[in-house]
Amino acid sequence: MKKLKFFSAPYLVWMIVFIVVPLLMVAYFAVTNDSGELTINNISDVGQYANIFVRSIWLALIATAVCLVLAYPVAYSLSRMEKHKQGTMLLIVMLPMWMNFLLRTYAWMTLLGNNGIINRVLGFVGLGPFKMINTSGAVVLGMVYNYLPFMILPLYSVMEKIDKSVIEAASDLGCNSRGVIFRVIVPLSLPGITSGITMVFVPAISTFIISRMLGGGSNLLIGDLIEMQFLGNAYNPHLGAAISLVLMVIILVIMTIMNQFSPDDQVLI
Amino acid sequence: MKILSKIYFAVILMFLYVPIFVLIVFSFNETKSKSVFSGFTLEWYEKLFHNRIIISSLVNTIIIAIAASVVSTVLGTLAAIGINSMRKTPKAVIMNVTNMPIINPEIVTGVSLMLLFVFFAARMSFQFGFVTLLIAHITFDVPYVILNIMPKFKQMDPNLFEAAQDLGCSPVRAFFKVILPEIMPGVVSGFLMAFTYSLDDFVISYFTCGSTSQTLPITIYSMTRRKVSPEINALSTLIFITVLVILIIKNIVESRSAKRAASFRGERA
Repeated sequence: MKKLKFFSAPYLVWMIVFIVVPLLMVAYFAVTNDSGELTINNISDVGQYANIFVRSIWLALIATAVCLVLAYPVAYSLSRMEKHKQGTMLLIVMLPMWMNFLLRTYAWMTLLGNNGIINRVLGFVGLGPFKMINTSGAVVLGMVYNYLPFMILPLYSVMEKIDKSVIEAASDLGCNSRGVIFRVIVPLSLPGITSGITMVFVPAISTFIISRMLGGGSNLLIGDLIEMQFLGNAYNPHLGAAISLVLMVIILVIMTIMNQFSPDDQVLI
Repeated sequence: MKILSKIYFAVILMFLYVPIFVLIVFSFNETKSKSVFSGFTLEWYEKLFHNRIIISSLVNTIIIAIAASVVSTVLGTLAAIGINSMRKTPKAVIMNVTNMPIINPEIVTGVSLMLLFVFFAARMSFQFGFVTLLIAHITFDVPYVILNIMPKFKQMDPNLFEAAQDLGCSPVRAFFKVILPEIMPGVVSGFLMAFTYSLDDFVISYFTCGSTSQTLPITIYSMTRRKVSPEINALSTLIFITVLVILIIKNIVESRSAKRAASFRGERA
């Protein structure tokens, strides 16, 4: 098999040029200025945007928690359905995810608008109108709506493998239904929980579309900040690279924490 | 308890589907209102089919997705074969780098590639467009191909390749006769995954496409930024129906082949 090693040569070149070098360029841009001198100003400038970082982390954490709470019972009842039903139901749950996520977010734009359907319907009952769009609540809603399937899927795939007889054994040995859930099912589904959390948290903390479409101009997130430095009016790739670097570090920290909770042989993704 | 969980499941499904159905309903609305349905029309569909920008970006998206997924499948298959025959340490290093585009937030991958392209564009006088977009798509597609193929090697007997050569196969022939058929399911699912990710990608394309080569998600994004015409609803409806049909066909084919496999096993037993 030794000769086969060289099959990977084209990819290795590709990997170095288009994965490694670009990331090194991010790091390089983050620590230099326009004239190419080393500086820590970009990194320290990131501190000015601490409020945006705090808001992004906070909103992403709320969205992740809501996703976990909503998805857990869904995944559980999916995994307890009869086998031939499971495939179809899973398909129905995952179907919306296959639609372009800009369109899904746009759907909420029309629903939440000041003259949107929700306010109209509430108006008939004599309530509202409420200001829903362009609030941080709308941003969290958008995150939950878009990323909920990312939470359901890993949870389901772990729970589906839980042996039914383990649950029966627990109740035979005197566990009540609450005990079964918290002492058997939750510990056994821990790898699904941790990978669900990363799969929701990472896109939620770095999004710029959801905040732009549902949050108006007043709910900037880290993603918006980065986008503005590269394609927006605030053009400053050095600052943008520094922010990206900090974002990567935050995610790395979160993933390391998550790895502590999952068994050694489980790899996150 | 059973009824309660069914109701909960139904509520979650409503949450997932109501926004999409509202989009679909208003694609047939006579006026441009997003909240009052005044009458049935197919006008927006007609406009959609005559919208040059949408049609050309759709064609562009399909070309990019096909080209990127074909190239990344070839590149990724060769890479997986090569990586598999490496020693433990280089294997681990390469797999960690390969995981980067998957773990990293999309915006960081997009920005890093943009920095690379800006660097070369300034020195080699080329422009952002089809080529940069294609390179970016291949870059985020290849890891998915590799990750789909790698587990297949675990199921394969490592001696098969040498056995084929001992029995007179040339290495090339042994590759096509032995290795490729064994890993084929991984190659196919990797290809399909790469294709769908390419079709759907917005964030990375957004940073690497420049102004000449638009993909459908980017056109959708610019449509949501302007005064919106219900054409976008018509487009959503068509995309939703396409996805629905594809997934139903996939489901039928899979359950048929599962049945066939089951009856085959039954006959043999």
